[in-house]
Amino acid sequence: MSVKQKKLIYNLVTIGLVAAAWLIFTLLLNHDAGVPRKERILSSSMKDQLIPICCWIVMAVSLNLVVGISGELSLGHAGFMSIGAFTGIVVSGWLLNGFAVEDATLRLVLAMVAGGLTAGIAGVLIGIPVLRLRGDYLAIVTLAFGEIIKNVLNCVYVAADGRHLNLGFINNNIAGTMLLNGPNGAKVKTIATVNAGFILVLITLVIVLNLINSRSGRAIMAVRDNRIAAESMGVPVTKYKMMAFVTAATLAGMAGALYGLNFATLLPTKFSFNESINVLVFVVLGGIGNILGSVISATALTILPEKLRFLQNYRMLVYAVVLIVVMLATNNRTIRAWFNTLSERLRPGKREEAKSHE
Amino acid sequence: MSEQKRRSQTRMVPVPSESIVPERDLGKPPVLETHHLGIEFGGLKAVDDFNLTIGRTEIAGLIGPNGAGKTTVFNLLTKVYEPTQGTVMINGRDTKGMNITQASQLGVARTFQNIRLFSQMTVEENVRIGLHNQIKYDMFTGILRLPRYWKQERKQHTEALELLSIFDMQDLADVKAGSLPYGAQRRLEIVRALATNPCLLLLDEPAAGMNPHETSELMENIAKIRDRFQIAILLIEHDMSLVMGVCEGICVLNFGKVIAKGTADEIQNNPVVIEAYLGKRKEG
Repeated sequence: MSVKQKKLIYNLVTIGLVAAAWLIFTLLLNHDAGVPRKERILSSSMKDQLIPICCWIVMAVSLNLVVGISGELSLGHAGFMSIGAFTGIVVSGWLLNGFAVEDATLRLVLAMVAGGLTAGIAGVLIGIPVLRLRGDYLAIVTLAFGEIIKNVLNCVYVAADGRHLNLGFINNNIAGTMLLNGPNGAKVKTIATVNAGFILVLITLVIVLNLINSRSGRAIMAVRDNRIAAESMGVPVTKYKMMAFVTAATLAGMAGALYGLNFATLLPTKFSFNESINVLVFVVLGGIGNILGSVISATALTILPEKLRFLQNYRMLVYAVVLIVVMLATNNRTIRAWFNTLSERLRPGKREEAKSHE
Repeated sequence: MSEQKRRSQTRMVPVPSESIVPERDLGKPPVLETHHLGIEFGGLKAVDDFNLTIGRTEIAGLIGPNGAGKTTVFNLLTKVYEPTQGTVMINGRDTKGMNITQASQLGVARTFQNIRLFSQMTVEENVRIGLHNQIKYDMFTGILRLPRYWKQERKQHTEALELLSIFDMQDLADVKAGSLPYGAQRRLEIVRALATNPCLLLLDEPAAGMNPHETSELMENIAKIRDRFQIAILLIEHDMSLVMGVCEGICVLNFGKVIAKGTADEIQNNPVVIEAYLGKRKEG
């Protein structure tokens, strides 16, 4: 099998998996809608998790574009999510209050587009200074920007006064219906839907996978593999680093808008350094540069802490142990070999081919 | 050997900038000119007063003992370093203040002494990076898979395979570059550099680590590349059979200074060059 075919299959599996999940959950949700609580297949906690899972998948895939494909360690990804979230909340509230847009789908779409755009613009502004740095320095500065975004949003007050948006910074004495209330966060009319979540995941996958397998994506990877060689081939390094960074920020902003519109209240402190690290854990656990891995690990690691609730106070301890065990296991040769033989056994037809390849 | 015959047929003629170019290139503007080029690293003059002119289709050699400053010259020509003195003219354009990418777009391509391939990418993808500025489409065309994407991708594919066929490497197109044997990696670097459509190709020790058979094959290929693409080639090499066999003009560098310039025969018999390599014979 040639490399090209392998890549095509990998991409199709990734997108197919998400599409299948979408189909299955749509059917399950439809089934659950009309029956009494006892006969429902999806537990209500699982149902509530669907949209956050979609958001975290988009976060993980977009961060993988920066960390895995572009090769820069960014520790402030939750910052872009928070910009998207609060922009989305403001746009949605403004449309409802100022323009009486009752159509929730339209509001959601516009909120997500606005969230993506503002996060993308923030990505450009932050990228200009940050992408001049390399390695650890870049990581530290992105971390700082993530914190700055969080703290700035903690002081922003936005109110809709008819069609007019009033903005206050530290000063909460503004007229109109409060949309953003500084450290008290935002009261949100939740309009996020599972369908929007799955569509966003699919759009993200198509964008990221198509980008990787194009001229621009190859240039981004060339810069990662060998910066000087890429420059010598006439590849403008800053442009392509910026491309990866801003694309990731935009996608994170869209995920943020969806996430923000999924909860009745949202505090700016939600998007702290912890969340950035959490997304990074998804990426590292799923495999750096491995998009399908990010999708799977983001899903598994969002569900896992919920499933561990019965452990009460020991929950996060067990979560940490699970992470360490998975990391050790995936880097252990014996276990890897065991996985390989297992997957060969599952596909008897491939066995001969694999053997002859060795 | 046909190669040596070709060399002996080339007549080198002096040009005003204290250098020599092949007679056939005399009417055309030189591809590279340096005037009093120099760079200092904290008081150490790594390269000093380096003057060189290379003709349109010349194969030139840059030799010298270890640490003479040969690779530094390459780094100056490709703008990895900004010179502290003098100028580099490529195709008649002053490269002052340019960066590596801009120099590449002027038509300088290079290979590296310590191989710098994109090791995680396939052989074909490596060549496609070389074609980055030759066969273009923008990011959105790529993401949306517009018709232009398919057209340009096909074009890149055929072009890459054609370039790889210079070294009979088209069958390796899908192999990861990092897993190629050493000699093949060196050849791939040359192909990748050629893909940028250069007018001046800089080869930094292309025969390092190759066996005599591979070296003689490389020698033929260097001449073949020049004939086919009509470009100038400047190479650094320690393998004297290759340098003497293929280079028309040779420049000898020692301690950052040019100590001799001339044809292979002139260099071989130049006492200053022999001294630089072997040391002075003790008197008496």
